[in-house]
Amino acid sequence: MPAKRARRRRVPAALLAPAVVGLAFLILPLLGLLARAPWAELPARLAEPEMLAALQLSLFTATAATVLSLLFGIPIAWLLARGEFPGRSILRALVTVPLVLPPVVGGVALLLVFGRNGIIGSWLYERFDITIPFTTTAVVLAMTFVSMPFLIVSVEGALRGADIRFEEAAATLGAGRWTVFTHVTLPMVAPGVLAGAVLCWARALGEFGATITFAGNFSGRTQTMPLAVYLALQTDLEAAIVLSLILLAVSVIVLASLRDRWTAAP
Amino acid sequence: MSGVKAEGLSAHLVVDRGGFRLDLQLRVAPGETVALLGPNGAGKTTALRALAGLEQLTDGHIALNGEVLDRRGQRWVPPEERRIGVVFQDYLLFPHLTAIDNIAFGPRRRGLGRAESRALAAGWLDRVGLQEFGKRRPKQLSGGQAQRVALARALATEPALLLLDEPLAALDARTRLDTRAELHRHLTGHTGPAIVVTHDPVDALMLADRLVVVEDGRAVQEGDAESVTARPRTDYIARLVGLNLYRGVAEGNQVVLDDAGPMILVAADPLNGPAFAAFAPSAVALYPERSEGSPRNTWRAIVSGVHRHGDNLRVQLDGPLKAAADVTPAAAAQLRLEPGRRVWATVKASEIRTYPA
Repeated sequence: MPAKRARRRRVPAALLAPAVVGLAFLILPLLGLLARAPWAELPARLAEPEMLAALQLSLFTATAATVLSLLFGIPIAWLLARGEFPGRSILRALVTVPLVLPPVVGGVALLLVFGRNGIIGSWLYERFDITIPFTTTAVVLAMTFVSMPFLIVSVEGALRGADIRFEEAAATLGAGRWTVFTHVTLPMVAPGVLAGAVLCWARALGEFGATITFAGNFSGRTQTMPLAVYLALQTDLEAAIVLSLILLAVSVIVLASLRDRWTAAP
Repeated sequence: MSGVKAEGLSAHLVVDRGGFRLDLQLRVAPGETVALLGPNGAGKTTALRALAGLEQLTDGHIALNGEVLDRRGQRWVPPEERRIGVVFQDYLLFPHLTAIDNIAFGPRRRGLGRAESRALAAGWLDRVGLQEFGKRRPKQLSGGQAQRVALARALATEPALLLLDEPLAALDARTRLDTRAELHRHLTGHTGPAIVVTHDPVDALMLADRLVVVEDGRAVQEGDAESVTARPRTDYIARLVGLNLYRGVAEGNQVVLDDAGPMILVAADPLNGPAFAAFAPSAVALYPERSEGSPRNTWRAIVSGVHRHGDNLRVQLDGPLKAAADVTPAAAAQLRLEPGRRVWATVKASEIRTYPA
């Protein structure tokens, strides 16, 4: 229908103008980052020990946080999607609070619980002589706190979308509850789990507020890349740009991989 | 009905679910195949789910080879411990497993090793004629192939009871014919009881030894193919087998019909008491005028619809007696049959079958 196509081609100026301005606003800063990057010195700068330490720490802690999120988040998602108990909707709301909570607040809350005077922190300190704040463990915990909800939301959505009758079919074939979960449910929601894990990892990698509040900013121990960017900005702009470029590259890769996942998902 | 010590399946299924109540007595002998035939929403699938343990009984019991599987307040065996094989309507093959792994899934869960299970599954693939398709995923199988894998998957667990939910409904006509014949072969080979749920009378007649017609949660008729098709007891079955069916009270050769005005049909065989009267659409003759010396069963009818039926035309008649009549296209043209046309319809007494209601 040519008439229809012609009508669709004409975009109202009242929509087009703000759209173009908005797009420029979103894209220009990224281009600016690329334009200012010290491309020639890039390999050398990347090899600097401080830079490598931040990179290593970030990769390790974000991965550890993702593993923790998978371990605890998948069971939570299952409970939220399949469990039948009172207060389920309240629990769901609570679980997603960290999604909208300012990360700094999360950091303060973690400090209050796991700090030396905190409920769990004091017990850990007195009983086992373990101190969590301002350690690499604190970084992992801060990251897990802010990023696990992403995993939970993604996996819960996948579980809700999964056809429960496949699980019934498995039961008639002699599979008990746990086997049904590991052999049928989990493989069938695998795309959702993977997407959730990638999102979770990306969020953990970019974590700043909760980390700096709960874990501080100690090079090699708690100084992840976003923290290093923040610090470098005050002393060495080029280093900040290089670190930012890495984070940008990771984001783009994550986005690309997710797009593939989402379009390939059943 | 507590005579539980018996081979085969003995069940009284009662499931209450918000306004709907299933109340069905079922006995299926070893090696016997029973078809639950009925319209959509009659409760056939609910019955199947209750048997498989996917739904709990409100009342009644299920006993298989003497073992109680479900009896309210006393015992409930979960589906994974029932040894009941189910072929689901849309097969529900696990999409993340290959055909052979789908079949091996059951044997694995029943404690067989990986290699043994796969060997067993390969044997079943062979038996359903799909030996080359073991590595395919369910998405890469045609409907007929998926159906056969689903059947093999259910049979590979050596179920004590086999349940099939609309096993052929998702197939196109051509595949259906082949698959039905093959399914029949496997059902004959199955030594335990089997139940086929279907709304298709042809599937029911071809696959089952006995039919149980379910309507609105209850069994309305039961028997072998011959008795059910020859003497339908509800409009649903009459429609399925293509008969005009009326309920009334018989006095000798006359049947006074219940809801067809002051209408009396005269049949050849005498009978007394509440009765059904049935005749085939092909037994109805249509005339433009009331003919001289016509048979006794003659009434004035209005054509309400005409459509093709095989080589003939099936005419829906309105009037004191709603009926279907089959006429040849030539006769239809001669009579100028079209909706609204008034005709005289007659049926010979010898064509009317009567039997007690």
